[in-house]
Amino acid sequence: MVRVIVDVMPKPEILDPQGKAVLGALPRLGFGGVSDVRQGKRFELEVESADDATLAEVTKIAETLLSNPVIEDFTVRVDA
Amino acid sequence: MSTIGVVTFPGSLDDRDARTAIEAAGAKSVGLWHADADLHGVDAVVLPGGFSYGDYLRCGAIARFAPIMERVIESAQAGMPVLGICNGFQILCESHLLPGALIRNDHRTFLCRDQDLIVENNSTAWTSDYEVGQRITIPLKNGEGGFVADAQTVARLEGEGRVVFRYADVNPNGSVNEIAGITNERGNVVGLMPHPEHAISDLTGPGTDGLGFFTSVLKVLV
Repeated sequence: MVRVIVDVMPKPEILDPQGKAVLGALPRLGFGGVSDVRQGKRFELEVESADDATLAEVTKIAETLLSNPVIEDFTVRVDA
Repeated sequence: MSTIGVVTFPGSLDDRDARTAIEAAGAKSVGLWHADADLHGVDAVVLPGGFSYGDYLRCGAIARFAPIMERVIESAQAGMPVLGICNGFQILCESHLLPGALIRNDHRTFLCRDQDLIVENNSTAWTSDYEVGQRITIPLKNGEGGFVADAQTVARLEGEGRVVFRYADVNPNGSVNEIAGITNERGNVVGLMPHPEHAISDLTGPGTDGLGFFTSVLKVLV
């Protein structure tokens, strides 16, 4: 089995209130030097093999269900 | 008598109130189940508020692929009136029956209040009983009600008069251009975050301003 990772992130121009909440908490905890936080999702899909057809299928899954292309971008990669 | 279906998804909350509002307007309400393969012959459909499928993945993202949604999407594209309230609005956006998306409120808290809205378009299937510019009070209750879309889509919605409702006085959730509800090109599909079904009786809501949604659609169905 091979693991394929799909990362889904809010588009840069879309407000990310969750990321902002995390960013706001950092100074309170004494962590400095972080100027921005964006929060996304990571999906791990177990597949038989990571051939081109499978990766094309996973890409289709990512754009159909795992992400909303109106507000999110995604990347697909094979777990090393 | 016209029949209006209300879809219950696992996690729907306001399906009963939607059915009560439909009956109060003088129509027959029919309960539809998310796993139904057909619409039982209803003339219009309401997608109610709540947290379908626990809001897992994204609000409305799983509900959009429920078996009954295939029929709802087909019928909406053929002109059947469809109203999406709150979670129903999110489902309509995920289904691409309406453009844009709803994201978490900019202030990051769940909000529940009686919200004033301005009616911007009374030529949709669900708003003909209102006047353009009319101010109505409708309960608003959500955590993810911020309407967003790319600049081109927003310009198109504004240019074509497809913004149906705008928040009055305050922007309660960071929605672009204070947009509270929109419609499709044809005007048969309307989605909004506030809950008209909670404003049909002085006893249980802020008034009866929401009843007009359900009386409006009856004129289209007759």
